[in-house]
Amino acid sequence: MPVLQLKALTRTFGAFKAVDNVDLLIRDGEFVSLLGPSGCGKTTTLRMIAGFTDPTAGSIEVDGRVLSSASGSLPPEKRGMSMIFQSYAIWPNMTVGQNVGFGLEIRKIPADQAKKRIAEVLDVVQMGHLADRYPAELSGGQQQRVALARAIVVNPAVLLLDEPLSNLDANLREEMRSEIRRLHEALKITTVYVTHDQAEAMATSDRIAVMNKGRIEQVDAPYIVYSRPKTRFVAGFIGRTNFITAKREAGAVRFDGFAIPADRFSDLPGIADLTFSLRPQSLKLERTAATINGRLPIAGQVTKRVFLGEHWDYTFQPVNSGLHLKVAAAPSDVFEVGSSAVLALDPALLVAIE
Amino acid sequence: MTDTTIGQDRGQASIQVPRPAAEQSRTFDWTLLVWLLFAAILVLIVVNPILRLVWESVATEDGGLTLDNYVKAYSRTRYWQALINTVVMGLGTAALAAVLAVPLAWACVRTDMPGRGFVRLSVLAAFIIPPYLSAVGWVLLAGPNSGWLNKVWMALTGAPHGIFNIYSLAGLITIMGLHLFFFIFVFTSSALELVSSEMEDAANVLGAGPVKTAFKITLPLITPAIIGGLIIIFLQSIALFGVPAIIAIPARYPVVTTQLTEFFSNNRVDLAAAYALPLLLITMSLLGLQRWMLARKGFTVVGGKGGERRLVKLGAWRWVMFGYALLVSVLAVFMPLTVLIQAAFSKAWGRGFAFDNLTLSHVNFILFEHQGAVPALVRSILYAGTAAFAALALALVIAYIVKRNLLKGGQVLAFLCMAPFVIPGIILAIGFYAAYAPPPLALAGTALIIIVAFTTRLLPIAYQNSVAGLSSIHVEMEEAVRILGGGRWLAVRRVVAPLLKRSLVGAWILIFVPACQELSTAIFLSGPKNRVLSVLIFDFSEEGKFEQLAVLGGLLLIITVIIVAIGFRIVGRDFMLRRQ
Repeated sequence: MPVLQLKALTRTFGAFKAVDNVDLLIRDGEFVSLLGPSGCGKTTTLRMIAGFTDPTAGSIEVDGRVLSSASGSLPPEKRGMSMIFQSYAIWPNMTVGQNVGFGLEIRKIPADQAKKRIAEVLDVVQMGHLADRYPAELSGGQQQRVALARAIVVNPAVLLLDEPLSNLDANLREEMRSEIRRLHEALKITTVYVTHDQAEAMATSDRIAVMNKGRIEQVDAPYIVYSRPKTRFVAGFIGRTNFITAKREAGAVRFDGFAIPADRFSDLPGIADLTFSLRPQSLKLERTAATINGRLPIAGQVTKRVFLGEHWDYTFQPVNSGLHLKVAAAPSDVFEVGSSAVLALDPALLVAIE
Repeated sequence: MTDTTIGQDRGQASIQVPRPAAEQSRTFDWTLLVWLLFAAILVLIVVNPILRLVWESVATEDGGLTLDNYVKAYSRTRYWQALINTVVMGLGTAALAAVLAVPLAWACVRTDMPGRGFVRLSVLAAFIIPPYLSAVGWVLLAGPNSGWLNKVWMALTGAPHGIFNIYSLAGLITIMGLHLFFFIFVFTSSALELVSSEMEDAANVLGAGPVKTAFKITLPLITPAIIGGLIIIFLQSIALFGVPAIIAIPARYPVVTTQLTEFFSNNRVDLAAAYALPLLLITMSLLGLQRWMLARKGFTVVGGKGGERRLVKLGAWRWVMFGYALLVSVLAVFMPLTVLIQAAFSKAWGRGFAFDNLTLSHVNFILFEHQGAVPALVRSILYAGTAAFAALALALVIAYIVKRNLLKGGQVLAFLCMAPFVIPGIILAIGFYAAYAPPPLALAGTALIIIVAFTTRLLPIAYQNSVAGLSSIHVEMEEAVRILGGGRWLAVRRVVAPLLKRSLVGAWILIFVPACQELSTAIFLSGPKNRVLSVLIFDFSEEGKFEQLAVLGGLLLIITVIIVAIGFRIVGRDFMLRRQ
C-alpha cells in the first residue's frame, strides 16, 4: 500500500528557497491538497513528487523506498504515478482513445484488453462516445475529462494534479471539482492536488496542506483548517477573518474594550501577548442582550455595512474600543449604520494563532 | 457502466495494469560529453573559419604578427573608395526598398486594395528569383543601347542613344532594391498585423483624421519594424556578390565584394581577410544596433494582442494603389522574367520576338550537350538538400537541449548557432577557404567544403525555426508521456516529432531554397569538380552567353518553384511571408 512521505524536502533555485524543509505524510488512498498563493512552492513540491524536479535536500519516499533525494532521483517514467497538468497536455496528434490508451501501450497491455479498459475508463468520465475525436474538436471541459481518463487508466500508485481546473470557467470548475471528488470516492487513488483556490481544496480533499513561502503552515481536514487555523497566514488565506490582539491577565484575557474570563477558552497558549482569529460568520448581532444565551454580550454600534446578496457585511465597534470587527449576518438581519447593537461572542470560537 | 465498477475493481482491476519496474537509475553523466560533441562541431564549422580569417589577416609567413595586410588593404584610395561605394549602394538600396515595400505592405494588410493575394505572391516571387538572375534580366532590359527598354525608347523618340544604363550605381540599386524589398515587406506587414484598429479608433475619437492618424499612430508603431528591415536590407545588399560582379564591374564602380574577389583571385587570402574584417564589424554593430533598438521599451508596443482589424476603404484610390503594386511586380518579376524566357528560346536575344528567332537549341545544349550543366544542377540540389538536413538536425538537437534545459552551457551552443547570422556569405567563404582548403584537410574543390559552408551559413535560420517550432509544443506534452512511463526518447518520437513535422518541412524549404541559389559562399569554394548551378550561371554571364544562362536560370527557378509549391501544400501559404 503506497504511503507517500516527504521528509525535510527542500528545493532552492539559486538563493531562493522554493520549498523549505517540508514534511508531509500522505496515507494510502488519501486525497491531500497543497493549497497556497502563487510562488508558495506547491507546484515545485508536486513536480518533485513526480520526479521532474530534483530536491536539493531531504527525500521523497513511497513505502519507505526513496524515490528522490539530493543524491539522485528516480526518473518520472519509473515512478508508476500519473499526473494531470495545468495545460491538460492532451496530445493533439492522437485521438481521445489513443491518448487514453498510451499508458497501457507503454505497459504492453494486449490490444484487446487495452481496448476494453479504455472503453471502461472513458465511460467513467462520460466520454465514451467521443473516443475517436481529436483533441482540437473537444471543449475545455471534455479535454479535462480526457486528461483524467488518461491519468487513471493505468491505475497509478499516486495521482498528481497541478491546478487542473484553473483554465476552466467558473461553472465548469464547480462541476469538475465534484467530478474529481466523485472519482476519488470510487477509485481511492492516493492523490496530491495542487491549487490556489480554497473552495476547490475544500470540496475535494481529505486533508489540506496550506503552504506559504515554501513551508507547510498547517495540515488538517478542511473543516479544521477553516475553524481552527494555527497561524495568522492560514486564518487569513482561508476565508475572511478578524485578527484581534489581547493580553493575558490574572484569570482573564483583556481585549481592547472588554475582557473574557480565561476559563471560557477551550485552549489558551501560555504566553502574555495573544492574537486571535475570529470568523465574521461565528459572530452574531442582536438588538438587546436579553436574546443572547450562552454567549458573551458585547455592546457597541454598527459603523459600516455592505449588502452582498447572500449576506450582510457589518462592521461593529464595541463601546470604548478601537476594534472594528467584521460580522456576517443573514439578509433579514437589518441594522442601520450608527445604530447600537449587541455582539454575541462565543469565546470557544476565538482561535489563538501563532 | 456506473462509476462504482472501477472503484470495486481497485487493486484487482478488470485488467491488471502492472506498474513499471522501479529501480534507481544511476548512469554515467553523459551530458558533458554531449555538450563537448556539439561544441566541437560548432567550433569546426563556425568558430574556426572566422578565427582563421582573423589569423590570416595578421599573420606573417613565418608565423609572426603584423598589421601589414591592413596597411596594404587600406593604403590605396581605390580600396577606400570601394568601401565608401559599398555604403552608398547599401543606403540607396535600403531607401528604395522602403519606398517599394512600405506602401505595399500597408495596402496588403490594412486596405481593401484589389488583388492583395496576387501582390503578396509577386513579392515572394521577387525574392525567390536569385538576384544574379534578375541582374542578367536587367542587363537585357536596360543594357546601354542594346537593352529592350532602350530600343523601345529609341524607336519611340528616334533618339540615337538609349536613356537607361544598367551599368551604373542607379542600376545597381534598382536591381538590389527590387529583390531585397521583400524583407521590409515581411517585417512591416507582420507589424501592421499587430496594430489593432482600436488603437487608430482611439486617435479618431480624440479628433485626429485618417491622415493624421496614419502618421501619428500607425507609422510610429511600425517604425521599429521598418528600421529593422532597413538594416537587414543594407546588410544584405553590401554582402551580395552576384549583382555587383555582373553590374558594378562593368560600371567601374568597385564595391567591397568585387574588391574581395580581386584579392582572392590574386591569391592574396591574407589581404582579402584584412579587407573583409571591417565589413564583418559593420555587420555585427548594425545587427547589435537593431537588437538594441527593438529591445528598448518604447518600441515594444508592437507585440501585444492583435485585437480587431478593419480594412481601410480606399475608394477610387484602391486602383491607384493597385497600379503601384502592379508596377512594382512588373519591374521586380515580370519584366526580367519575360526577357529571360525570351532569351532562353531565341537564337539571339537581341533580335527580339520573331518566329524565325525561336529555337530550342539552347535548351538542348544545356540539357544534353554541355558537360557541366546537368551535373551542376544535380550538385546544387544535392548540396543544398544535404546542407538543409544537416543544419536542421544540428539546430534541432541544440534547440531541444536549450529549450528543455538539458545541459549546462546550452546557451553557448545557441549563441554559436546564431553567430553565422552576422557573417556575410563571401566572408564566410574566405574563412572556410583559409581554414580547410590548405593541408592537412585539403578540402578545396570537394563537395564537403561547400556542404559544410552552406550548413554554417544557414544554421541561424535552422536554429530560429527549430526554436519557434519547439516553443509551440508545451513542455507538459512531454512530461505527460514521461509520467505515464515513457522515456524522453519515446516522448520525442511519439509526441514532439509528429507535432514538429509541419514546421520542419517549412524550415527545410526555407533553408533549401537559399542554399540552392547561394552564390557568394560557393564562388570561392567552387572548383571544377564541385561547381554548382549558381557558379555556372555566373560563369556564363561573364562569357556573355545570356541565352544559355537563361535556360540554366530557368531550371533553377523551376526547382525553386516546385519546392516552394510543395511547401505551400504541406505547411500553408504563409510560411515564407512570415517574419522569422
